Amino acid sequence: MFSKQLYSKQHILAASIFIVLALSSLLLGAANVTLAGLFSGDEHAYDIYLISRIPRLLAIVLAGAGLSIAGLVLQQIMQNRFASPSTTGTIDCALLGYVVSLIVLQQASQWSYLAVIFTFAVFGTLLFVRILQQIQFKSVVMVPLIGIMYGNVVSALTTFLAYKNDLVQTMSSWSIANFASVLQGNYEILYLAIPACLLAYYYASQFSAASIGQSFAKNIGLDYQKIVFIGVVLIAISTASVVMIVGVIPFLGLIVPNIVSLFMGDNMKRILPWTAYWGVILVLACDILGRLIIFPYEMPISMIISIFGGIVFIYLVLKDKANA
Amino acid sequence: MIKLSGLSKKYGETFVVKNADAIFPKGEVTAIIGPNGAGKSTLLSMASRLTESDAGQVLIGDKLLAEWNSKELAKHLAVLRQSNNINMRFTVRELVSFGRFPHSQGRLTKADYTIIDNALSELGITYIKDKYLEQLSGGQRQMAFIAMVVAQDTDYIFLDEPLNNLDIKHSVEIMQTLHRLAAELNKAVVIVIHDINFAASYSDNIVAMKNGEVVCAGKVDGVIKEEVMELIYEIPFAIHVINGKKVCLYFNS
Amino acid sequence: MRDRIKISVLVFACLGIISWFIGQGLTVDNYQFFLKLRFPKVLAIVLAAIAISASSLVFQTITNNRILTPSILGFDSLYLLIQVLIVVGFGTTSVLVIDAIPNFLLSTTVMIGFSLLLFHFYFKRGSSNIFTLLLIGVVCGSLFTSMAGFLTMLVDPNEFAVIERAMFASFNNINAALVYWCTIPLVLCFAYLFLSSRKLDVLWLGQDNATSLGINTKRLTKQMMVVITIMVAIATALVGPVLFFGLITVSLTREIFDRFQHNFLIIASSLLAVFFLVSGQWFVEKVLTFQTTISVIINLVGGSYFLLLLLRNKIN
Repeated sequence: MFSKQLYSKQHILAASIFIVLALSSLLLGAANVTLAGLFSGDEHAYDIYLISRIPRLLAIVLAGAGLSIAGLVLQQIMQNRFASPSTTGTIDCALLGYVVSLIVLQQASQWSYLAVIFTFAVFGTLLFVRILQQIQFKSVVMVPLIGIMYGNVVSALTTFLAYKNDLVQTMSSWSIANFASVLQGNYEILYLAIPACLLAYYYASQFSAASIGQSFAKNIGLDYQKIVFIGVVLIAISTASVVMIVGVIPFLGLIVPNIVSLFMGDNMKRILPWTAYWGVILVLACDILGRLIIFPYEMPISMIISIFGGIVFIYLVLKDKANA
Repeated sequence: MIKLSGLSKKYGETFVVKNADAIFPKGEVTAIIGPNGAGKSTLLSMASRLTESDAGQVLIGDKLLAEWNSKELAKHLAVLRQSNNINMRFTVRELVSFGRFPHSQGRLTKADYTIIDNALSELGITYIKDKYLEQLSGGQRQMAFIAMVVAQDTDYIFLDEPLNNLDIKHSVEIMQTLHRLAAELNKAVVIVIHDINFAASYSDNIVAMKNGEVVCAGKVDGVIKEEVMELIYEIPFAIHVINGKKVCLYFNS
Repeated sequence: MRDRIKISVLVFACLGIISWFIGQGLTVDNYQFFLKLRFPKVLAIVLAAIAISASSLVFQTITNNRILTPSILGFDSLYLLIQVLIVVGFGTTSVLVIDAIPNFLLSTTVMIGFSLLLFHFYFKRGSSNIFTLLLIGVVCGSLFTSMAGFLTMLVDPNEFAVIERAMFASFNNINAALVYWCTIPLVLCFAYLFLSSRKLDVLWLGQDNATSLGINTKRLTKQMMVVITIMVAIATALVGPVLFFGLITVSLTREIFDRFQHNFLIIASSLLAVFFLVSGQWFVEKVLTFQTTISVIINLVGGSYFLLLLLRNKIN
């Protein structure tokens, strides 16, 4: 299918879409700068691009790819197409970690914050995985429901802690995903998504095997628990860094892998790059939309994705039932 | 009697049941047989209003299925499907008592209790009537569910693979009971069954299905024939008559 | 019958705690003042307890699931969004903020209206899997949370303080007139659920068997959902987001009592709920001296208990 050409028409089309969107993202903004200004050596333009626009674009790319791949990995190891960081409590645990670190760490470095958030995300997700392994009969649709209840419980705890420490408004406004506050120097942690995604690609065939089931995996000599653990760690790295830098982007990890697998099947090695790609495109498009709708003000991306992601999610659920 | 005409069911573009005709007379046992995926369970489902058909009609007695009120129909038609996984703790007696619901809406009278006890003894499970379902074996649980259907005391009884999970002795007892319900109490008993020998021995009529269509239907002698069986199951059959009953041999093909 | 003994103990415990709550520290001089203060509060607690537990129990029967509660349909997020919209749209001095009654009427109308719309759209499709409905509710809940969060960014800390109060369920400032008015619809709804007990019992056997026994499962589900919605909407608007409370009481009821009959279980869970809420509120007032609200305790306790349930695989 992709045959002799190294770069098929598909790839060229895909790259073009990305370039168009990326350029739009770079050019859009309240400050009055143009590419021309940049190239003519205007320092003000140079600053804007370097400090705000380009980091913003990079953050979008990293977050979009990171969360989408996290969702894909989660779906494989949970053997459920509706698993995602938002429906397995991962994001809620990350938020809990964030509030805890705000209370306990005060003025520590970003890396300490990340460590705490990451730890909470890992343990929370592992706990959920363990819980799920105990439940016998579970319909496909019940798993995300249980995950959401679980996430709600964790959220209640988070809200309580925030309330006790007068952090509720901070927490609530901070958790709404917003790329507007991304500046050079405060987003670099997102680069962790890159090794996470690469490792996910490296372990892809093992995740695929695990997705068939525990007994199947054992049968072919795969250490099931180990691969689940690795998967959870990778997911937690991506989720923790995105939650910490950007906030909560609902449904992303859920809908992107599902849409991609609708068209390309479930072979992880094959769909992983495309999942990352479409995750980036989706976040980019929604971000641009958010900046345009009430220009020059911004509508946070989480609202736009909530609406779009919600509709797609419902469509996927309805479609699944119809074929069942 | 129940008459099915032109019943069809589609999932997407595929016909799971296509243009099926059948008659289920009272006082007789009718067995629906066929290989996996033939549409037997779906046919049963549609006839008993558990599933909606996409075409065709079902005539129950003198009224079309669509005209029957479900509550009223429950007094005349009972259906039991395959998987019965219950989470609540019921005793066998409590489960069988549910069978009286269409008649008494949950308020059991002395007459109801008599019927319930009769159903229990009919199925031979009076000795475990106070045990909880979860304490029973799969076979005993199945008997309890069938007793519930018997307690419902309906003219028409539909059972989807009632012999699943039953050992030989229980299977024979169930088939004898079903035959008795039809012959002595004039009920129409319709069962989907995999074991064609049980079908041949205990039923009066057979409906043979393949790929969603009714391939052959009629009295046992007219359907249990080597050509028909080989057409449906696609393996060689040898049919013998033993003790007056037809027996199919297909094991060493 | 052991269950009979247990429930008698429960009845006495409830009467006891209610009397204690109302009567504690009363003297001939002050009883009029305190009674006027405490009676509506206790009534509110009792009503909320019964509404939440009865609706959660029936909800679990309909969804054939021991983990879910009506809260998953997004009532709490919708309620919060309404409160945020009121503050943002009308300001903190609006009658909708200050006076409980208009706020209550608006909140319940919107919540019930939204649910009915959801059910109408859903049941019209002819689908019979209720989980799909729940997922749609979840998606809507997530959307409401996003919107509420976004709007929260725009308000100043004073306005936020008003919103924050709405985030937690509380009996501390109950409007007496409102409570009295709520009694009628709640009692009617409760009666409706209670009278449907026998039909609900049949649902324990599964959809197919229930249909065979003459129950129109789709219609029953729809009717129950509407009543459940009304009860939860009223309870939420009266008291605040109630999240897991239904889960705790219903699960405990199922663990403590053996019977499967709904008429028994509905009453048992209501009594249990009343007992917990009244004692919880007493605890908040006398021991914690109003330092926190009852909903925080409920969520923590309920949440932990929920996790415990899951770990011990006490579901399905």
